[in-house]
Amino acid sequence: MSENIGEDSNKSTSKNLTSKNSLSIESYEKMFKRVEAKNEGAFVPFVVAGDPDFDTSLEIVKTLVENGADALEIGFAFSDPIADGPTVQDADVRAINSGMTTDKGFEFIRRIREFTSIPIGLLVYYNLIYKRGIDLFYKQAHENGLNAILSADLPPEEASDAVKAARTYGVNQIFLAAQTTTNERLKTISQFSSGFTYLVSVMGVTGARSEVKTSTVDLIKRVRAHNDLPLMVGFGISKPSHVKEVIKAGAEGAIVGSAIIDIIAQNINQKEKMLEEIGDYTRKLKEATKK
Amino acid sequence: MIMDGKFGKYGGIFVPELIIPALEELESAFLKYKDDKQFNQDLDFYLKEFAGRPTGLYLAKNLSKKLGCKIYLKREDMLHTGAHKINNTLGQGLLARYMGKDRIIAETGAGQHGIATAAVGAMLDIPVDVYMGSEDVDRQRLNVFRMEVSGAKVIPVESGARTLKDAINQAMRDWITNVENTHYLIGSTMGPHPYPAMVKHFQTIIGKECRKQILELENNLPDTIIACVGGGSNSIGIFSEFVSDKDVDLIGVEGGGNGIESGHHGATLCAGSEGVLHGSLSYVLQDNDGQITEAHSVSAGLDYPGVGPEHSYLKTIGRANYVSITDEEALKGFQLLSKYEGIMPALESAHAVAYAEKYAKMPENKGKTIIVNLSGRGDKDMFLAAKFLGVEV
Repeated sequence: MSENIGEDSNKSTSKNLTSKNSLSIESYEKMFKRVEAKNEGAFVPFVVAGDPDFDTSLEIVKTLVENGADALEIGFAFSDPIADGPTVQDADVRAINSGMTTDKGFEFIRRIREFTSIPIGLLVYYNLIYKRGIDLFYKQAHENGLNAILSADLPPEEASDAVKAARTYGVNQIFLAAQTTTNERLKTISQFSSGFTYLVSVMGVTGARSEVKTSTVDLIKRVRAHNDLPLMVGFGISKPSHVKEVIKAGAEGAIVGSAIIDIIAQNINQKEKMLEEIGDYTRKLKEATKK
Repeated sequence: MIMDGKFGKYGGIFVPELIIPALEELESAFLKYKDDKQFNQDLDFYLKEFAGRPTGLYLAKNLSKKLGCKIYLKREDMLHTGAHKINNTLGQGLLARYMGKDRIIAETGAGQHGIATAAVGAMLDIPVDVYMGSEDVDRQRLNVFRMEVSGAKVIPVESGARTLKDAINQAMRDWITNVENTHYLIGSTMGPHPYPAMVKHFQTIIGKECRKQILELENNLPDTIIACVGGGSNSIGIFSEFVSDKDVDLIGVEGGGNGIESGHHGATLCAGSEGVLHGSLSYVLQDNDGQITEAHSVSAGLDYPGVGPEHSYLKTIGRANYVSITDEEALKGFQLLSKYEGIMPALESAHAVAYAEKYAKMPENKGKTIIVNLSGRGDKDMFLAAKFLGVEV
């Protein structure tokens, strides 16, 4: 690491810059406290902005919020999503084909902010950030009401500029930690992160799995020893029982993406059924976070 | 990571966290074995006895006479499996063996790298899975069969445009999932560090031989070296030994497709912009938002919307020049070399031949000594060439 810019990990969350939204936006810190006070873990669904189209996607997000999502992970679609399995790849294709762009993505976030103040994290491949200009991207992320950015293909080694921009605009920079991540790297990741750390529960890409590996439980314990931030577990978490298991193992939250996107994919032409099923499933997943 | 894998600002390790430990392991093995006596003895043996090195540096007399220059061909087309690809697959295959990996995966466009990997896998007795876009599987039935005959499993990729770029995506996803026992054998000087540096290392044999040969033949360095650039491994391989000789002009030739102005091309350095694709910062073909766009070239090896990061560096510092040759010009280059020299170049290499002709015809270049890296042979392209010439085969 050429430049050590790791410092107090929660500093950036306290910054409230010019956005008119920022006063009403809940921080991750507050959200985790709110959930903890109810003796629950956080349930965080992931969907791709504009999947299957802008308006339906917005209704989907509304459904997620109304049925108990504690925070949101929103993806901007990318042409070459190497960390994603077929479910999210297909969602990316649907979103791009429906006309999503980076500008429309930010507009999508702005529209979500009309009905909720819960934390919103962005999942985005680094080229979309790089192409727009790192500083401008983070500035716009902040202005449009995002709390956090996670770039699946941006490890701490390459993240100096992004972390700098994140601090400038008061955006939380999130990093992934996986079973293969050494303790030394966990410390680095902890220095560069704020908001929470995203634990990858499986060796592999995103997508629904039938069970949570016992190694996930070990990972939560190991990361805890090297990282003060709240931990959210994702990749392969698809069922209420998985959510229960990772919360029980000590994670502050669970992120569920592919299982929800599967419902979208299976009901592309039946919007009402899609929203109803998403609502039902969201309630079940949220219920599973109760300790 | 011990090194940052940067060429100027280009390169790096833009990959998901899950792969980082594998890149660290690979870097450390590469740094350990690249100067290891036993490893190099093994590699030299296979390069000589299995692949057929050294390759000749051949004076193309008829073409030279026609064009008024002295044109030499570095004969990588003479190698086993038909192209320079085998230099790298042997190096990495052997490295995978030394690292104790029991599975190799690879991506392939038209199939050349897949065939070279399948051959090395068979020889070293390591199972090989090759990812290939389903579009390419349909277009390259014969090459699929070649890989399968050597025992490799060809896995068609149905996502995206179903070509090389998508095959790389899928190979990376496989590697993310099976990183502990699997070596991902990338076929060009692209991808995250240490790949660009490692593939370069295994391809510099081209430049090393070539430098020695030209000094023996001419008692002088060449004026110009011309090589085609897809991902950029044959060109880096030959350029690298001449980069510090400022008087030697280095020219990389990209796939111009239907012409750059048509928007259908693979000329990443000539017409692309900076971006992050497949693990490194380099030039890419992309839209205003950074979505990667499709490349187009008659030659599958040049049909890629990215390029190795070191080429972006050489371009930026002005050490190498990059030009493009259209599909049509390349096919004329193919005919030219076949007709005058009895050597059918791969369509990739035909781009370098076509540019050499253009270059030699410029008055200021009269009488120059030019080396064209003939990276592969044209057997694989005969159907395409026949179609272009309107011949039924």
